[in-house]
Amino acid sequence: MDFTVSVLLGTFLMSIAALFLFIWSMAKGLFGDGSAAAAEIFAPGELGTVEDPAATRAQKGGLQHAMGDAVQGAPGMAAQDSVARERADQSTSLVVGICLTLAVMWLVLASLAGLVSSLKMHMPDWLTQYAWLTFGRIRPIHLNLVAYGWCSLAGIGVAIWLVPRLLKTELVGAKYALTGGALWSVGVFLGTVAIAMGYSDGLEWLEYPWQIDILLVVGGALVGFPLWLTLLQRKVKHLYVSVWYIAAGLLWFPVLFLIANFPGLHFGVQQATMNWWFGHNVLGLWFTPLGLAAAYYFIPKVLGKPIYSYNLSLLGFWSLAFFYSQVGGHHLIGGPVPSWLITISIVQSMMMVIPVFAVAVNQHMTVLGNFRALIYSPTLRFIVLGAMMYTAASIQGSMQALRSVNTLTHFTHYTVAHAHLGLYGFFTMIMFGSIYFIMPRVMNWEWPYPRLISLHFWLVLVGFAIYFIGLSIGGWLQGLAMLDAKTPFMESVKLTLPYLKARSVGGSLMTMGHLVFAAHFFAMGWKFGPRRLGAALLGTSLIPSRFTRGAAA
Amino acid sequence: MKNNAPSAPTDGKSFWEMDEMRIVSGAMVILSGATALMVVMPYLLLKDVRPPAGLKPYTAAQLDGRQVYIANGCVYCHSQQPRDIKQAPDATRGWGRASVAADYAYDTPHLLGTMRTGPDLLNIGARQPSKDWHLGHLYAPRAYSPGSIMPAYPYLFEVKKGTAQPGDAVVNLPPAAAVAGQVVVAQAEALALVSYLISLDRTYPALAPLPEPSAALADKP
Repeated sequence: MDFTVSVLLGTFLMSIAALFLFIWSMAKGLFGDGSAAAAEIFAPGELGTVEDPAATRAQKGGLQHAMGDAVQGAPGMAAQDSVARERADQSTSLVVGICLTLAVMWLVLASLAGLVSSLKMHMPDWLTQYAWLTFGRIRPIHLNLVAYGWCSLAGIGVAIWLVPRLLKTELVGAKYALTGGALWSVGVFLGTVAIAMGYSDGLEWLEYPWQIDILLVVGGALVGFPLWLTLLQRKVKHLYVSVWYIAAGLLWFPVLFLIANFPGLHFGVQQATMNWWFGHNVLGLWFTPLGLAAAYYFIPKVLGKPIYSYNLSLLGFWSLAFFYSQVGGHHLIGGPVPSWLITISIVQSMMMVIPVFAVAVNQHMTVLGNFRALIYSPTLRFIVLGAMMYTAASIQGSMQALRSVNTLTHFTHYTVAHAHLGLYGFFTMIMFGSIYFIMPRVMNWEWPYPRLISLHFWLVLVGFAIYFIGLSIGGWLQGLAMLDAKTPFMESVKLTLPYLKARSVGGSLMTMGHLVFAAHFFAMGWKFGPRRLGAALLGTSLIPSRFTRGAAA
Repeated sequence: MKNNAPSAPTDGKSFWEMDEMRIVSGAMVILSGATALMVVMPYLLLKDVRPPAGLKPYTAAQLDGRQVYIANGCVYCHSQQPRDIKQAPDATRGWGRASVAADYAYDTPHLLGTMRTGPDLLNIGARQPSKDWHLGHLYAPRAYSPGSIMPAYPYLFEVKKGTAQPGDAVVNLPPAAAVAGQVVVAQAEALALVSYLISLDRTYPALAPLPEPSAALADKP
């Protein structure tokens, strides 16, 4: 079939061209040290000064000490820059506070729905009387609450908060974002009720009835609108990496969601290819950009040093956009879809190593040599862990796209574990860290019980380790059993039971961690504990003087 | 570390500088390309696929049952896409030949599925055509399939004390699952679902026989 051949040949030639471009830019030394753009997130004189509003005074001192005494004798941040950043933070506090509060509420509900689903897998006669609690409804309720309730609203909140800081100006058009976030949340609520009542569009990741999806498309577009208004007012020369990811993500999502949910357009097997084009793009072109935008901001900001290589982040951004957008077909390996489509998706899944490598080198090289900072910075602890899990999840994902591996892991719990490594290990961890950083600025109030941050961290870390390791082993064994024609199918069910129970144990710990997090979040919302923060938080003035002489406002 | 200090700011924009226009246009061009490849091309290739002769359109009752299948999320544990025998022993398990696009000519929304907590169901009607078996299995899965972790669906049934009324679809449960003095009656949803499940039968040949030469020639002027 010449059509197939020309598509494959075209892809091949494009990849070769991209490879040469890559080699050429390496030879030209374009992936060297950071440029002025990498320092754009700092005010003049601020480099070397750590920032973590989630850290206690003592932790902040330790953090600054761990990062060296770069501020010794430095002029420090100028008063007007400090005031400008305070204004930027204030311009977003209402809309970000509301988005993050909604996100945390969805997180708690999503965790409970997930836990019930998990328990039902090894207790099939539990709570069977209620239609809305049947596994086939509570599981998509969990997925949609996580994806569109928690992850999306947290990502939107973090993105809106970052934009004025990255552009060194105040947010313009907050009311659009507020309206957008509200419409979005109404959509999540109605969608959840619809699934519970049995009104589902029937496609994974696209269960909400299309009438309700309109709220998410309009809401998503409204959230993106202030970004463009604010960009017009920007006071920075360079757009920092995080801006690219946020801008692109906020553009991509409404388009993806609109095409995927358009009623009457898709049919049969074509709908299946569309389903996984969407299913993977919502991860790659929506959650991943928002998560990476946060990591690219908070890692250097907390440490007070610019990212390792600005040019590497350029490569990472464009190659992520190009390769990630074409990997969806690997969900249909062995399915009744055109084989060229699957082959392209497998190739592009392997090519994903390039953007992952770019991000990994950039983020890990920035942290390298400063691991002591993780002891002191609650924000960094979550975000660096999340960045590591991003690398792990991405490489695992590329491997899983290989036909030989996919034959084993497809249709098993292994895939479920992998999905959680991405959306939980990577994205959710980064959102936790970001929220710990952001909320003190939003509320002008310190986290009242720093020990709860540690408790949250260890509960979700241990819980997730049990979840992921248990389910991965169980899924792998399940796949082996299913591929062995001599093993009865029921064996593949029975042998997963211990691992499904382990998943419930891990999931319980994760849910407990989320309850601790939510309680702490709302305790802060009601302003428990002493008020220790204010405008003076910025700059170096909150760092005990034995660590620094640099004076801020 | 030397990269703690920013390098000297460069005046003018470098070749690689990112601005709003580049982000927007680049992001949209790439997404359009991917959408053309992953959505539009399959659309053009598959839109003219005709249903095979052996595949009947769903009846109204079967379509109702398909909605019950969707509403209760059967797809989260059951796929409908047997793989080729060269890749996996799906056919050996009795799940049928590898499916082709034409097998799904009447399937919107698609229900290919991504999980096999339970077996593939594309040919469940051919493998298990008994209505009684399906009704009983939905009411008490473990009475029919020991070790199964499929949830029971009591809300699709009604338990009546004493005897059934005329017109009731009584479920014939095996002795182990039956309770003396009561009957289990399938509600309309359960009956519809079972009629859909029994309709799942793609055991006809995947490739349609070649058209008669005379008929093929007759199309041409």
